[in-house]
Amino acid sequence: MTTILETKNLERTFGAVVAASDINITIKEGEILGVIGSNGAGKTTFVNMVTGYLTPSSGQILYRGQDITGKPTREITKLGICRSFQIPQLFLELSVIDNALIALTIAKQTRPVLLRPAIDEKLRAEAMEVLARFGIEQWAEQEITTLPQGVRKLVDIAMATVSKPDLLFLDEPTSGVSADEKMEIMRVLIDALKSTNTAVLFIEHDMEIVETFSPRVAAFYEGTILADGPTAEVLANDKVREYVIGGEFHRKATSEEAVS
Amino acid sequence: MIRNLDRTEITLLAGIPFLIACGLLLPQWVVNYIQVSLGTGLVALGVMIQMRAGLVSFGQGLYFCIGGYTAGLAGKFFGISDIFVLLLMGIATSVVISGVLGILIRRYREIFFAMLTMAVSMILFGMLSSSEELGSTDGFNLLPPTYLGWSPEGEVATFTLYIATVLPAIFCAIVLNRYLRSPMGYVNEAIRENELRVEYLGTSAHQAVHITYMIAAAVSSIGGVLWALSLGHVDPEMTNWTTSGQFVFVAILSGTGSIIAPLVGTFLLEILRVYAVDISPNTWQMILGTVMLLIIIFLPKGLWSLVERKRNPKQPKQPEPSAKVPGE
Amino acid sequence: MLIAVAIAVDGLGFAAWLFLSSVGLTLIYGVMRILNIAHGGFYALGAYSSAWAIGLYTQTGNTIALTYLIIPVAALVAGVVAGLLIERGILRFMYGRDEVLMVLVTYAIFLILEDVTKLIWGTESYVSYQPAYWLGTIDVFGIPYTVYKFMIIGVALLVGLTLLIVLNKTRTGKLLLVVIEDREVSSALGINVALFFTVTFVVGATLGALGGALAAPEISVSPGISADIIIMAFAVIVIGGMGSIGGAMIGALIVGLARAASVHLYPPAELFSIYLVMAAVLAVKPYGLFALAEGRKI
Repeated sequence: MTTILETKNLERTFGAVVAASDINITIKEGEILGVIGSNGAGKTTFVNMVTGYLTPSSGQILYRGQDITGKPTREITKLGICRSFQIPQLFLELSVIDNALIALTIAKQTRPVLLRPAIDEKLRAEAMEVLARFGIEQWAEQEITTLPQGVRKLVDIAMATVSKPDLLFLDEPTSGVSADEKMEIMRVLIDALKSTNTAVLFIEHDMEIVETFSPRVAAFYEGTILADGPTAEVLANDKVREYVIGGEFHRKATSEEAVS
Repeated sequence: MIRNLDRTEITLLAGIPFLIACGLLLPQWVVNYIQVSLGTGLVALGVMIQMRAGLVSFGQGLYFCIGGYTAGLAGKFFGISDIFVLLLMGIATSVVISGVLGILIRRYREIFFAMLTMAVSMILFGMLSSSEELGSTDGFNLLPPTYLGWSPEGEVATFTLYIATVLPAIFCAIVLNRYLRSPMGYVNEAIRENELRVEYLGTSAHQAVHITYMIAAAVSSIGGVLWALSLGHVDPEMTNWTTSGQFVFVAILSGTGSIIAPLVGTFLLEILRVYAVDISPNTWQMILGTVMLLIIIFLPKGLWSLVERKRNPKQPKQPEPSAKVPGE
Repeated sequence: MLIAVAIAVDGLGFAAWLFLSSVGLTLIYGVMRILNIAHGGFYALGAYSSAWAIGLYTQTGNTIALTYLIIPVAALVAGVVAGLLIERGILRFMYGRDEVLMVLVTYAIFLILEDVTKLIWGTESYVSYQPAYWLGTIDVFGIPYTVYKFMIIGVALLVGLTLLIVLNKTRTGKLLLVVIEDREVSSALGINVALFFTVTFVVGATLGALGGALAAPEISVSPGISADIIIMAFAVIVIGGMGSIGGAMIGALIVGLARAASVHLYPPAELFSIYLVMAAVLAVKPYGLFALAEGRKI
């Protein structure tokens, strides 16, 4: 399998605060990688840097051997790296199908098209297909604001896949979803993505989900990578157990209290 | 080509014979109002397409004025009176100016966009008001328009100019309708909802805003040329922010649902103004303000949404109370 | 040299007037996130009521000194009445709405206020030069200036300092800063946010009216002054960074000096120098000189 993403000593500081440092990660084609770590460990900062939302303070990002450090988001998307968001970033006052249609329209637009109608039956069918892949076609005509969080999450992820990326970041795909639905959502997702051979990096707090869906895990702690390797190994690592999973258990307990 | 026409475009095309009939049958003063409203209506359209991207221009008068003054100056200094040349010059000037200004303006959103567009239009207002050569605040008169060497007189001239206003106005409206339905038009709508996602989908929001800004400028400038030729006069008021405010008013009133609404809205407003000012000269703005408040509160999508609602009586589906995440 | 002095003094005079006319705008924006176009209307209401009251009073031939009391009283009455009516009657139903929408709402109110002033005071202009005239002039390097101009500069300084002290040193001011920081949290803490909003709006409106009332003796009060002042006030607060009192001071100084410079050096530029400065500042600092940084979105 060929390497598609490689980061070298990636670092990002905000004033005196070091949000991420020494991030070295390699992702291979079609690989699935789970990322764990408590809040503020630098996981989202890492995703933000690779996708061009943040410029690294230092370090290098290589995508298929090409240096993409500091490139704008839209160019990185065009190269084949997409992401979903912890808080779904959708066109809230439009329907699900319109969201998908706009996403498809933009994905297909290679240069500004000003006078040709954007939407035809073919595109509409394609949009429905995208929705069907994630099992959300029955919500097609509903406005985003009327949808439950779980569906919004899936729409958000569906939007990130319309340009058929080779590498997809999922930022907490199951956060805000009730505990018994998490597994199901992940299953739908991973099934949909495996069929396209997309490499997936997903940030997750639930160890059970990580163990089930990801053969490899990277554990973040205070802006650095504590461990990276086969899931069982990383989760058995003493430091990871103490700093990362300990924190997760605590977090899980409190969040479940909050739910009940 | 014809098969691609949507309902709005067919209505607009049908508007041409209708408006020509109006020109022949209605009393001249009404025809004059139609003609003037088509000019200002195009500027309101320019405001409206920017509103689709969530941007409120409080300085669209800038391009209205640029169009008018381009036509005026071309006549004053070069003796050009051919309407086709004037229209082309108006488009060219506005495209160049908006192309340059757009580099700055496209970075701004929300109230900053409103204020910056306003500031830029006020720069022109200040420059024209203090320019003795151009008649300062009084402005100056235009040459009567000619048509490829033909210079009609009397009633023929009046009617020809009317036709020469109707055709470009309808043409602009059709082009804008196309634009709103094009990929770029959808990008604009997406920018209004969530710019971050637009960038993450792989396109430049700045570029889309810039293009919309330039198109709005060109259309407003055409409106300015046509309006100035109709009145035979230009003055700096065209680019005063209060003039721009009226364009915003029309766009709010008609909403962003249809291209036709701002054109019709401008005309109705002109006619209303005639009567309102006649009955009570000092309450017109009060009426405008009150109507605007009521629209914002009760009909946030504009008066046109009433027409739409009638056309599609089915309400948007409500979420089922038992809606659950799929896969269960 | 003489021109430099003239530019400095005139610039300060303009700046003081601009600061008084725009500080209420920046205050309201800072606290309530409402860019209030109707502020121009408050200015006009202040100017009209002051000019009208001065006119009435001077006809009675009573002591001159009391005229100077009429100005702030007129501003207070105009500002409090209009501010309360608008905040309680319209704006409070729209809190939390989109900022651009609020601009449109206040634009509608601006239009209404325009006609309200016309209905009350008619369309003719009011001239109430007396308060400026009675104080006489003093020479600065041989150029005569009205003492009244220096009085306005003094009032502007006083208002600016008072606002800064109230905001930063008093308990009320600190609570207000909490409200600005996070509306919901401050409600949860038991702070009466609604009251803070009402008071802020009325104070802002009164400051706008004061700007107009103080300007009345130096200008001809006529329809259109509201539209003229609001765009200048926008320029001032945009240059300084919206919501910043200190920024409004700096903005007023920059705009005032720019305008004075063009008046003395190149008069035709007077009307647009202000916006040119504004556009130039924004090209370099997109959100003004003292704007707050935006937080992380994702």
